[in-house]
Amino acid sequence: MSILIRNGYVIDPSQQIKGHRDILIKDRRIEGIYPRGKGPKARMTIDASKCVVVPGFVDMHTHLREPGYEYKETIETGTKAALRGGFTSVCPMPNTDPVNDDISVTEYMIREASRLGYASVYPVGAITKGQRGEELTEMEMLKEAGCVAFSDDGRPVMNSLIMRRALEYSKIFDLPIISHCEDINLSQGGVMNEGYVSTILGLRGIPKVSEEIMVARDIALCKLTGGRLHIAHVSTEDSVRLIREAKRMGLNITAETCPHYFTLTDESLMNYDTNLKVNPPLRTSRDVEAIKEGLADGTIDVIATDHAPHHYDDKNREFDTAAFGISGLETAFALSLRLVDEGVLDMNGLVSKMSINPARILGIQKGTLKPGAQADIIIFDPEREFTVDVERFYSKGKNSPFNGWQLRGVIVKSIVSGEVYEWE
Amino acid sequence: MSVMLRSKDLLGIRDLTPEEIKLIIDTASGFKDVLKRDIKKVPALRGKTVVNLFFEPSTRTRTSFELAAKRLSTDVINFSVPASSVVKGETLKDTALTIEALGADFVVVRHSSAGVPHFLSRILRASVINAGDGANEHPTQALLDLFTIRAHKKRIKGLIVVIIGDIAHSRVARSNIYALTKMGAKVRLVAPSTLIPLEVERLGVEVYNSVEDGIRGADVVMTLRLQLERQVKGFLPSPEEYFNLYGLTTERLRLAKKDAIVMHPGPMNRGVEIETEVADGPQSVILEQVTNGLAIRMAVLYLLSRRRRTR
Repeated sequence: MSILIRNGYVIDPSQQIKGHRDILIKDRRIEGIYPRGKGPKARMTIDASKCVVVPGFVDMHTHLREPGYEYKETIETGTKAALRGGFTSVCPMPNTDPVNDDISVTEYMIREASRLGYASVYPVGAITKGQRGEELTEMEMLKEAGCVAFSDDGRPVMNSLIMRRALEYSKIFDLPIISHCEDINLSQGGVMNEGYVSTILGLRGIPKVSEEIMVARDIALCKLTGGRLHIAHVSTEDSVRLIREAKRMGLNITAETCPHYFTLTDESLMNYDTNLKVNPPLRTSRDVEAIKEGLADGTIDVIATDHAPHHYDDKNREFDTAAFGISGLETAFALSLRLVDEGVLDMNGLVSKMSINPARILGIQKGTLKPGAQADIIIFDPEREFTVDVERFYSKGKNSPFNGWQLRGVIVKSIVSGEVYEWE
Repeated sequence: MSVMLRSKDLLGIRDLTPEEIKLIIDTASGFKDVLKRDIKKVPALRGKTVVNLFFEPSTRTRTSFELAAKRLSTDVINFSVPASSVVKGETLKDTALTIEALGADFVVVRHSSAGVPHFLSRILRASVINAGDGANEHPTQALLDLFTIRAHKKRIKGLIVVIIGDIAHSRVARSNIYALTKMGAKVRLVAPSTLIPLEVERLGVEVYNSVEDGIRGADVVMTLRLQLERQVKGFLPSPEEYFNLYGLTTERLRLAKKDAIVMHPGPMNRGVEIETEVADGPQSVILEQVTNGLAIRMAVLYLLSRRRRTR
């Protein structure tokens, strides 16, 4: 089966392509890229006029909740939501039940995802058994089973010695350690950013330093060990500054942020809306600006979703006891596209941060339209507007603070391994 | 009367205008006269139902609301945690909807989690009155404090009011800061740095670590209850050291204006935040606060029901 995508404006940062091209897909792989109108005939033709054609996005920070929390999300609903949002590959974090600290869980996730055929799944294995922060997992076996990185995401590795060992040991496999930076003694009991707004609302605060101290610690350990460190969900000005300095020193460090950290501030919490409760918490406008600068100057390599779907009952309750997290897969791209309108990133930069950059960090052959690569392609209409409607999410998690927002940039088609999904 | 409350609920002082605050206090004055009568009951809210929904133990505030509601001839139901189905795992939402299904016109809520009254106000048709939510607000306390201050000082504007104690965890402090600054008083906060929330100065208050500096020249001295578990959480070394540094003593009170009044929202820890001699002394208006609380709560119920009727 061959497919020709015609007349689209193709952006592929992995090959410095920016312009009108035709793309031929054959046997689920990219066959070739041709000047506009020069693509050969195919069994099926997709007209991508007025649309942009890019490599399928890679979300290196997703919570699919299965196994264990299927009432919040399943691999089926999560990977379908991913495709809807333009992500043809997702990396589920290991905080499932049981934790993904064992190859049986890793293999289950991959098998289930490939049976379904929506987005591809590249699991992140736990750093420590049971994510308890005490003993390292069997990283070699997890890697063989398909894990592409290690993280105890959802909680930090508080013990600095264990973190040191993780950074040292994972070097053998050249896989990154993804650090959830949070000093839980400093953040304990907190439910939002500590600052003027938490003072007004009388909610317990999570200080910025609870993140920054751990970023600084992990940078020091990265320097000591030469391991590969990736900082998850960067949310503060000083975290950006620390990472920038670490990169200047030439350390093996990368970082990601999420759309809510460059879109919202803690001011939006004034009405105690639990859909805005997320960890790390929404910070201040200064932090938002710093994160944009970090994205612009390359300090932050990746835009990930930290898609954290929850059941309605987990959110529709007291703010203090409501679950942390935002259902992000189906809004991430349109929110990120605003960075292009604002001049923070150009389209090429944005696509890099959502495709080739995470793919390279994880060492997976994704995020590119190079001939021979699996045909994972996204076609979007950059001008079309839409209104976010959580009831139309494919994700089970309707917990989005962006419900009702008017956004621009509609994903028209998602192609995963040559399989075309058309959205309406 | 042209001034009315704008909302169906009383969630906090933060949402009130100075006119609304004045309206509630003026209305309370009228009810205070009722409370001095031989027969202390008026038929204003006959046939209405008030539910006291208390998720946190409270005797004083609950009793005050109960009595206020009874003085207005309403039917009152007390729904407190140990007796309720909350312990059986019922969600907050279900509890609230159940209570509304019983026909409540007013739900007076106290909860340890900030924002619970706001949550309830979105799902209930009944008027929600915040009787204290976490460290957020305790609006009727601030209103009764203002009522008491005005009764003694004949004004609020320009007064120097010092609030001493655990500002960080105090809903009484927050409500009073909003109420007093809205009415033009100068507010000083006195506490150890561990109990001062970040950027509180932006609320238009002055912050002091020294009680002597803060109290000097004050018209009103308000001390807050110190929750003794703060010691365990590392905010303080001991209640004794707190008393040494911040306890309101006769000697320290002398630094305030001669006619300064002493207030406390209760219940007091004698010998921790306040010396017995001061608590029981001539400048103390602590028991008067309790009486005024009744009048304020009557005024709030009455004004909210008036609004509902005309709507």
